[in-house]
Amino acid sequence: MATAAARDTTRSQAYDAPDGAADTAEYARAFDAAVAADERIEPRDWMPDAYRATLVRQIAQHAHSEIIGMQPEANWITRAPSLRRKAILMAKVQDEAGHGLYLYSAAETLGTSRDELLDKLHSGRQKYSSIFNYPTLTWADVGAIGWLVDGAAITNQVPLCRCSYGPYARAMVRICKEESFHQRQGYELLLALSKGTPEQHAMAQDAVDRWWWPSLMMFGPPDDESQHSAQSMAWKIKRHSNDELRQRFVDICVPQAESLGLTLPDPDLKWNEERGHYDFGPIDWTEFWEVLKGNGPCNEQRLTRRRRAHEEGAWVREAAAAHAAKHTNGQTVETGAARA
Amino acid sequence: MTTTPAKDTALTTAALALGDDALVLSHRLGEWAGHAPVLEEEVALANIALDLLGQARVLLSMVGDEDELAYLREERAFRNLQLVEQPNGDFAHTIARQLYFSTYQHLLHTELAAGDGPFAPLAAKAVKEVAYHRDHAEQWTLRLGDGTDESHTRMQRAVDALWRHTGEMFQPVEGLDADWTGLETAWLERITEVLRRATLTVPEGPRTGAWTAGAGRQGLHTEPFGRMLAEMQHLHRSHPGATW
Amino acid sequence: MTHTDWPLWEVFVRSRRGLSHTHAGSLHAPDAELALRNARDLYTRRGEGVSIWVVPSTAITASSPDEKDPFFEPAADKPYRHPTFYEIPEGVQHL
Repeated sequence: MATAAARDTTRSQAYDAPDGAADTAEYARAFDAAVAADERIEPRDWMPDAYRATLVRQIAQHAHSEIIGMQPEANWITRAPSLRRKAILMAKVQDEAGHGLYLYSAAETLGTSRDELLDKLHSGRQKYSSIFNYPTLTWADVGAIGWLVDGAAITNQVPLCRCSYGPYARAMVRICKEESFHQRQGYELLLALSKGTPEQHAMAQDAVDRWWWPSLMMFGPPDDESQHSAQSMAWKIKRHSNDELRQRFVDICVPQAESLGLTLPDPDLKWNEERGHYDFGPIDWTEFWEVLKGNGPCNEQRLTRRRRAHEEGAWVREAAAAHAAKHTNGQTVETGAARA
Repeated sequence: MTTTPAKDTALTTAALALGDDALVLSHRLGEWAGHAPVLEEEVALANIALDLLGQARVLLSMVGDEDELAYLREERAFRNLQLVEQPNGDFAHTIARQLYFSTYQHLLHTELAAGDGPFAPLAAKAVKEVAYHRDHAEQWTLRLGDGTDESHTRMQRAVDALWRHTGEMFQPVEGLDADWTGLETAWLERITEVLRRATLTVPEGPRTGAWTAGAGRQGLHTEPFGRMLAEMQHLHRSHPGATW
Repeated sequence: MTHTDWPLWEVFVRSRRGLSHTHAGSLHAPDAELALRNARDLYTRRGEGVSIWVVPSTAITASSPDEKDPFFEPAADKPYRHPTFYEIPEGVQHL
């Protein structure tokens, strides 16, 4: 019996070093069997170091993406052109903070604290989705992000609800439920613009032109160049390949664009009867790798702003911790709603 | 562009006073998105901003088109308190502004909800939201006031700085049936109690002055407000007649 | 940079009266009062709850996966605890 919380960092390391090779092999067999049987792996189960590391990397990157992703949209909260849109956008950006929280919690079950993860984000040792290194230049970008970026994210994320790691899968269930509002509001926003004045229509088209290709890049490099894919598939962290999901997304978007009255900026986009899918043009992977390396239009700006918010908030976090330390004689704990 | 208030002027005056307070403070809180000191507080501040925006939309819609009123009035036509338009400053300033305003709003809406005036239904709903806003502000005032030396200094500076904008809250507003003197007494009591518990000193400076007294309610605002409106209204005004 | 990592709390939400509190997730807060409020803002903003518990994560004592077999397997071979174990003649009602 362990008197530590399920996610206590010391406990979650406890199974990393079983006594002998025989034990490890036995643990590994149990782990493999569980994954093969589509059972969930839970925080205190033994798991291979590489599985843990892969999950921490992926969940952290996902969490970082949520909180960095607040910035391009928050950029328009103060300029939203109607009160209805303003309320929607505020609620959406708030959800992203919430999603970040769910995901950091999931990562913490693997024995890494949120502080550690934020440090890695702030120092550039962990990444976030490159899509957020593009700027939101007009109001229509808010719609394009909702429709395309959130749409791509949902395509990626729905399979993660069945991911082999329990806490991650559960966080994704909650997130996917909430995300569908994000995508719909984006689509509705673009539809209003597309059907609006010629200037509004042009604004919508321009946004779709700029966000289409970066959205396709969100699925990651092609399968034959993806360094983590094969192992993640075997562990059932990932369920479909990058190219599969990308194709699924394209197939979904083409008719949606038609209904919007907007075009997708790809002359090679056409239905392929034989494949039963849309063919699409080549993706500029040079751009992808450049943005990933830090040379996107907003990499510096996003990270600087995130770091500043964290640093400027330090005194607040310290104050609350100091206050708690002064007043932990049971009185504060008493107010819990356990008797409700 | 003028919006013709269809209903009687007292109702309009009152709805704009309450509605503009909520609209402007919601906007200021919205500026925190992505900047909050901790993720949990991003969610909390956004909740408060959304409550206020909801109140503003109901109130403005009582006397006109919400978007016309929000986006097409000039600075001098806004009837909000100067307190709510004050820039966010550091987290302590935001909390001090929240403390002063939500305490006032809670007392006022409690009174309006008990009456049978046109604002009673809105006030009945708002009073629950605002009770939470006040609680949030008080919790943080206690932690910042009685936290570290730095947080104490910052919180004291914030309550001092905003003190001069608190007198105008109790200038009677036409169309609002309230016991303004009673509200002010209750407000002072509550604020004094919270500041005391937070080991802070109740500011001594004037709460009203020749310039600040009731000025926001008469359409006289502070310089940062014009820039706030410029940002808020720019896109809407750039596309006259467009729907969004 | 200073580290003042607030402690972790587990959040349990009662979604409506008549149901028990279930684990909703976790969050960080400096103390119990703010933990409750953070939980309200984070886990019930779409009307998901009518009551919340917060518990410091460190206060939870968990069974260990290593002890899974001794803990839980002995319960697996006692089918006589379940009503389906018993055969009742057809036609007998209210049993």
